[in-house]
Amino acid sequence: MTQLWDFAGGIHPPEHKDISTERPIRNAGVPDYLILPLQQHIGDPAEAIVEVGERVLKGQKLADVKTGMGVPVHAPTSGVIESIADFPVPHPSGMADRCITLKPDGEDQWCQRNTVTDYRSLERDQVLQIIRDAGISGMGGAGFPTNIKLRPPRDRKVSTLILNGAECEPYITADDMTMQEKADEVVAGLKIMAWILRPERCVIGIEDNKPEAIAALRKATEGTQTEIAVVPTKYPSGGEKQLIQILTGMEVPSGGIPADIGVMCQNIGTAVAVAQAVFEGTPLISRVVTITGEAVREPGNFEALIGTPIEHLLEQAGINQDAVSRLVLGGPMMGYTLTTEAVPVIKTTNCVIAATATELPAPPPEQPCIRCGQCAEACPMELLPQQLFWHAKATEFEKAEHLNLFDCIECGACSYVCPSSIPLVQYYRFAKGEIRAQQAEQLKADRARERFEARQARLEREQQEKELRRKERAKAAAEAAAKKQAEAEKAAAEGEAVDERAAKSALVEQALARKKAKAEASQPPAASAPPAPSAPPAEEKPDIEALEKQLSQAQSKLDTMQGMLDDAKAQQADNVEKLERAVAKNHDRVQRAEEALSEAREKLAAGSTESQPTH
Amino acid sequence: MAFVQQSSPHAHSARPTSRVMLWVLIAALPGLLAQTLFFGWGNLINVVFCIAVAIASEAALLKLRKKPVAFFIKDNTAAVTGLLLGLSLPQFAPWWVSAVAVISAIVVAKQLYGGLGSNPFNPAMVGYALVLVSFPVAMTTNWAEPAMLWDGAPGFGETLATIASGQQTAVDGWTMATPLDEYKHKITTHTAAEVLNHPTFGEGVAKGWEWVNAAFLAGGLLLIGLRIISWHIPAGFLGGLIVMSLAFGSNADLYTPLSLHLLAGGTMLGAFFIATDPVSAATSHQGKLIYGAGIGILIYLIRTWGNYPDAVAFSVLLMNFAVPFIDHYTPPRTYGHHKARRGVPGSQG
Repeated sequence: MTQLWDFAGGIHPPEHKDISTERPIRNAGVPDYLILPLQQHIGDPAEAIVEVGERVLKGQKLADVKTGMGVPVHAPTSGVIESIADFPVPHPSGMADRCITLKPDGEDQWCQRNTVTDYRSLERDQVLQIIRDAGISGMGGAGFPTNIKLRPPRDRKVSTLILNGAECEPYITADDMTMQEKADEVVAGLKIMAWILRPERCVIGIEDNKPEAIAALRKATEGTQTEIAVVPTKYPSGGEKQLIQILTGMEVPSGGIPADIGVMCQNIGTAVAVAQAVFEGTPLISRVVTITGEAVREPGNFEALIGTPIEHLLEQAGINQDAVSRLVLGGPMMGYTLTTEAVPVIKTTNCVIAATATELPAPPPEQPCIRCGQCAEACPMELLPQQLFWHAKATEFEKAEHLNLFDCIECGACSYVCPSSIPLVQYYRFAKGEIRAQQAEQLKADRARERFEARQARLEREQQEKELRRKERAKAAAEAAAKKQAEAEKAAAEGEAVDERAAKSALVEQALARKKAKAEASQPPAASAPPAPSAPPAEEKPDIEALEKQLSQAQSKLDTMQGMLDDAKAQQADNVEKLERAVAKNHDRVQRAEEALSEAREKLAAGSTESQPTH
Repeated sequence: MAFVQQSSPHAHSARPTSRVMLWVLIAALPGLLAQTLFFGWGNLINVVFCIAVAIASEAALLKLRKKPVAFFIKDNTAAVTGLLLGLSLPQFAPWWVSAVAVISAIVVAKQLYGGLGSNPFNPAMVGYALVLVSFPVAMTTNWAEPAMLWDGAPGFGETLATIASGQQTAVDGWTMATPLDEYKHKITTHTAAEVLNHPTFGEGVAKGWEWVNAAFLAGGLLLIGLRIISWHIPAGFLGGLIVMSLAFGSNADLYTPLSLHLLAGGTMLGAFFIATDPVSAATSHQGKLIYGAGIGILIYLIRTWGNYPDAVAFSVLLMNFAVPFIDHYTPPRTYGHHKARRGVPGSQG
């Protein structure tokens, strides 16, 4: 008997599970069209690698994530790609997102599949690659890419692998039926994951309200080290943190991940998908979905292709269009309402409740909080829901954060028990959203300030450099003038005492100067410049050329950068900022080049005007 | 078709505030029944009158505050305040004493602070304390003599007439000092055996009172069983009282014995029905224990060394003051954290 711990709080809402466990899992068949969102997982969206009009085979990869985190999307059946466009996807906001629509051709023709009979002969990385290429992401809720989850950080050894079969939310029976009917695949998938992770302990946690599933898994794990832990039915025992506490007595540190305490949780459906990917080479193209609620005549579980419109499943379950008042995707505690039944089943879709108005009635109007503390009694995270509520309502977000707002798992237990029917979870979501928005805003403001300060510093530095150069020039000019005067004075003083040697040297100098002038005059580009034997223009002219060249180079580089920046901006690329910096840098370079050039020109002009009167 | 759009959770338990308050009313019935059986019609008349005044003043204030009257009246909280005052006031308290208590409870202590959920002090106890200090004669001389309803207690009509007459003091033969009062004042000059000769103590601990307290205890246990109140406040309350009594007052010739502390006066009513008012109590389990214990200790202190024979109202109000302080220092430790985060952001708490 596995030792169990209890978690704080929790509630016992009516289960309503029996209505969907009476029938075996039915095959939902192939609908008229399939809608495959490119983002069904946490991470970066996949990019389509097929074209509209292309015929694809069942299991063929349709989209993949090339850079970043994510998993591919596969064709659930053979058919023709009809469009790649925005469609409503399952999301609390009812938003539309990029989807591939596939028109099935009815042939259900498979592509080439690679099966592995002995995965143990492969490298672990190879098996992880198979899991990734099968497009498997967590099927319990969040949809985290499974291959990444199965490769925890090097310093985090997973000693306990938990398969989460608690399924604590009312109504949902998808995992229950999967365990009953596919126990062997569940265990096979668990074994593969255990082989990858090498944990010391493997546990399947199941709530005690699923006796058939428990029996099936007991049979399937006979003779293995895998423990079947039957946990008392209490919502939310299937919450990752709660199940870990029940099975290990340990708590996941706030802000951490289970791997921090050597634990990993995987979903039942994910285990089946892993087994199918490895042994059959079947990518994740279908899943079990519970269709339930009082507005369907034949509630139950369906093996549905990913991309199947919910509408299709509701019809198969015998929906009574007049009776349905709300469609909930997920369970009644944490699920969200749908605006349309046209959204497709995705990898994380576990349940759809077609509820009548009497089944899930509108909550009574909100009353004042009477601080009864029922919410704190129910909170599985041991938070102070009513204080959080006060602070959220008063927009005192700092205080709400101090009371660990971000540890809230939004299980809804507090709202469920609230005698004043205060939508507490909604207040927490609001507060979290506001805090996140503020943080993003703050980050943006910080970056802008940094940029501004950097620019100010640069401008100041340039100003100083300019000033310094100007001073140097003034100093040099003053020195030169002083020297000239001193020489003139000296010459005047020494004029009478000119000796033969001096006369001779003067003659030599004159001869040299003549020769030099002659040589300069013979150079074609120097033709326009007035011959100035004593001035050094010969040195300055190539300087100007170099500067001009430098300027034009900088100019063209700036143009390129500007072009790239415009493109990036148009495409909303994330390197915009980098490019902006580059443009600014090049802009400076051009400016500097221009300054240097004009300076040089000035100098040259000054030099030529200065040198003339001497001769 | 358009589906209902709603934020999760979609399911709700069906126990609104009105139902919670209704259960409090129901759980108090055994106590009211015992009071009526042992002390006559006074409490029943007071309860009905106080509830009526409470609802009327609540409605009037809601109207003044431009709040939906029916919506708030239906939550039954005004009725509970009226009930608690009716159960606590002396049986023959003149009608205007009760009215002042109820009106100040509802108008001042509750509605002027912002209505349900916003009052820092227990409304019923504010009303009680106000009339206790304002009308000491009416509040101390009108306690009924313990006499069975069918055997010696004044009839319904007589009782009603007495209360309605508005006389400060009721008919002398009908009233008697309460056991706590009697013991407290006599023990300084008498032995315990002599004091207990007084008819107010009867055969058991305190005639009539013991049954009233037992009935409130039963009602309170029902509330705990229904999870309408948690056990922490009553446990702290009674625990504080018991520990104080055992530590300081074990000599019955000097101090009121523990049995009287527990079974006379408003102890059980206070522990299970008054101190557990959630709005003005501490919130965490630890905080509730401290809050309850504080009330128990204060009750003992005031009963033993203070001027008042019973002290539930003052003790509750004093601990109401301490609630923000208690809450500040007793947050629960959140899952995944090493220790509780006390106080407010920035402070070391």
